[in-house]
Amino acid sequence: MLSDTEHRELEEAIKHYPDKRGAAIDALLTIQRHRGWISDDSLLDIAQFLEITAEDLDSIATFYNLVFRKPVGRHVAFVCDSISCWIKGCDQVQEQIKDLYDVDLGQTTADGRLTVLPIACLGHCERAPAMMIDHDVYGEVTPDKIDVLMDKYK
Amino acid sequence: MDYPLTKYIHHDGASRMLREYVKGGGYRSLQRLTAGMAPKDVQRLVGEAGLRGRGGGGFPTGAKWSFVPMGSNAPKPKYIVANGDEMEPGTFKDRILMEGDPHGLVEGMIMAGYALDAEVGYIFLRGEYHLSAQRLNQAIAEAYAAGYLGKPLPGTTFRFDLHLHSSAGRYICGEETALINALEGKRAVPRAKPPFPQTVGLWGQPTIVQNVETLYNIPHIINNGADWYRRLSRTQDGGTKMYGISGRVRNPGWWELPLGTTARELLEQHAGGMAEGVRFRGLLPGGISTAFMIEEHLDLPLDFSSFPPEVGRLGTGTMIILDDQTCPVGFVLNLEKFFARESCGWCTPCREGLPWVAKLLSALEEGRATSDDLSLLEMHTKWLAPGHTFCGLAPGAMAPLQSALKYFREDFERHITTGGCPWSKKSAQQRVLA
Repeated sequence: MLSDTEHRELEEAIKHYPDKRGAAIDALLTIQRHRGWISDDSLLDIAQFLEITAEDLDSIATFYNLVFRKPVGRHVAFVCDSISCWIKGCDQVQEQIKDLYDVDLGQTTADGRLTVLPIACLGHCERAPAMMIDHDVYGEVTPDKIDVLMDKYK
Repeated sequence: MDYPLTKYIHHDGASRMLREYVKGGGYRSLQRLTAGMAPKDVQRLVGEAGLRGRGGGGFPTGAKWSFVPMGSNAPKPKYIVANGDEMEPGTFKDRILMEGDPHGLVEGMIMAGYALDAEVGYIFLRGEYHLSAQRLNQAIAEAYAAGYLGKPLPGTTFRFDLHLHSSAGRYICGEETALINALEGKRAVPRAKPPFPQTVGLWGQPTIVQNVETLYNIPHIINNGADWYRRLSRTQDGGTKMYGISGRVRNPGWWELPLGTTARELLEQHAGGMAEGVRFRGLLPGGISTAFMIEEHLDLPLDFSSFPPEVGRLGTGTMIILDDQTCPVGFVLNLEKFFARESCGWCTPCREGLPWVAKLLSALEEGRATSDDLSLLEMHTKWLAPGHTFCGLAPGAMAPLQSALKYFREDFERHITTGGCPWSKKSAQQRVLA
């Protein structure tokens, strides 16, 4: 069941499109903001609202990498692994995260604090290596800076 | 020298919002409409200015617009879409513009909408650009409140509505027909062409999809004219270009410069040369779907129309530097892994071919490859060439591979003869130092 707030936000989103399903991505991201991820139940709620089948919506949800069809931690760290960051050592950043928090790409820490995912070029190449934690982008992320950076995300 | 796109952009990361934008001459192009400038006049001016698409394709904007049906019998509504899905690796120019000057995009879209009699616009923004989204949303709200959006523009009957669509990842969304599917709430797989979006696009209606940087140019062309615009450039393509450099150089960054600036000027004068202890080997001029350029190409003017096809193409103009401490095979492996991951899976050569290419390059890096594997890589550059795939993703992926096999052949061969990557130890040390 969509909450009143969720319902109101989806009603707002569909106003931008001539056809309800145009808001499919907005709807998935909106519900994900409230619930953390898109469970099968959430998928059904949204599909019903958009008047499309859950299977149809799932073909969209599974296509886009910022839509999570599995639970994620309280925070998500996206480590850019594209070329400019690779040249400047994104592999070392990933390894440092693994050493500090015992978590590999695609995994969530045991305490549910952090999920680590790879991401395509974040468009901060002039300050490589870059990573994004939740909505915040950081440049010139050397391995020694990670623990201080992560302090903000408990 | 005039730098119309960025001269007012704050270098401390702050944004110019409405009051400051208008004070600096923003939304002045709308006064031309009040003074009687017709849509066809705007179209003609943009054509005469020699504006070419800044997303990488470099298609002349005036020519692109000429396919849109005009007049009272034209289908309604028509759409204008800003392609802000900036996911080409190494490319960050549109972000600089959207974060620094969000109203410039709003004004550019209003003018493009007016020129094409397209009354609805969407800004298609990649999901990771949260700061751009926040600032664009604020700019759109301000433009509605000021009456630039949502009301007939003074002296005309034209009214423009603009929406921001934040996407949810996937590189393929930057391909214009995939982008249209994404906006319609579908899987972002490309569509067959023809019909082209100019006649049958978003929800079946005439649609122009235009790169963000391209749209920023339009108000300046309208304010200052085609001759002024052409004089900004050093070549026959009009205007300035957002150039950028990343990699191991002294000062990575971005610069708005005349079209036709050379890679050598960018590298030596603007980026301050190579970083301490490394030497130049090559560069990708504009994102990773472009071919390598080497020392002998550094004095070529970087533009769209004079770039020799045997060298490659300019692409997005934001270049990535390959230095001598970085393995060219590892470099290309990183690119091909990206393409394999981002393939939408729609057509077989791309879906199956790109992972195969990535596996062959991995084998080279790990010392498991034979000389037959080099031939197989060569063959893929032909199997995934233009005409063999549904869209430009896989052919784009072959551009750096094919040119690397040409310019860095010995390095590829050394991986086979020495049974591994000659850089692996050195580059690991280098990365720790960097």
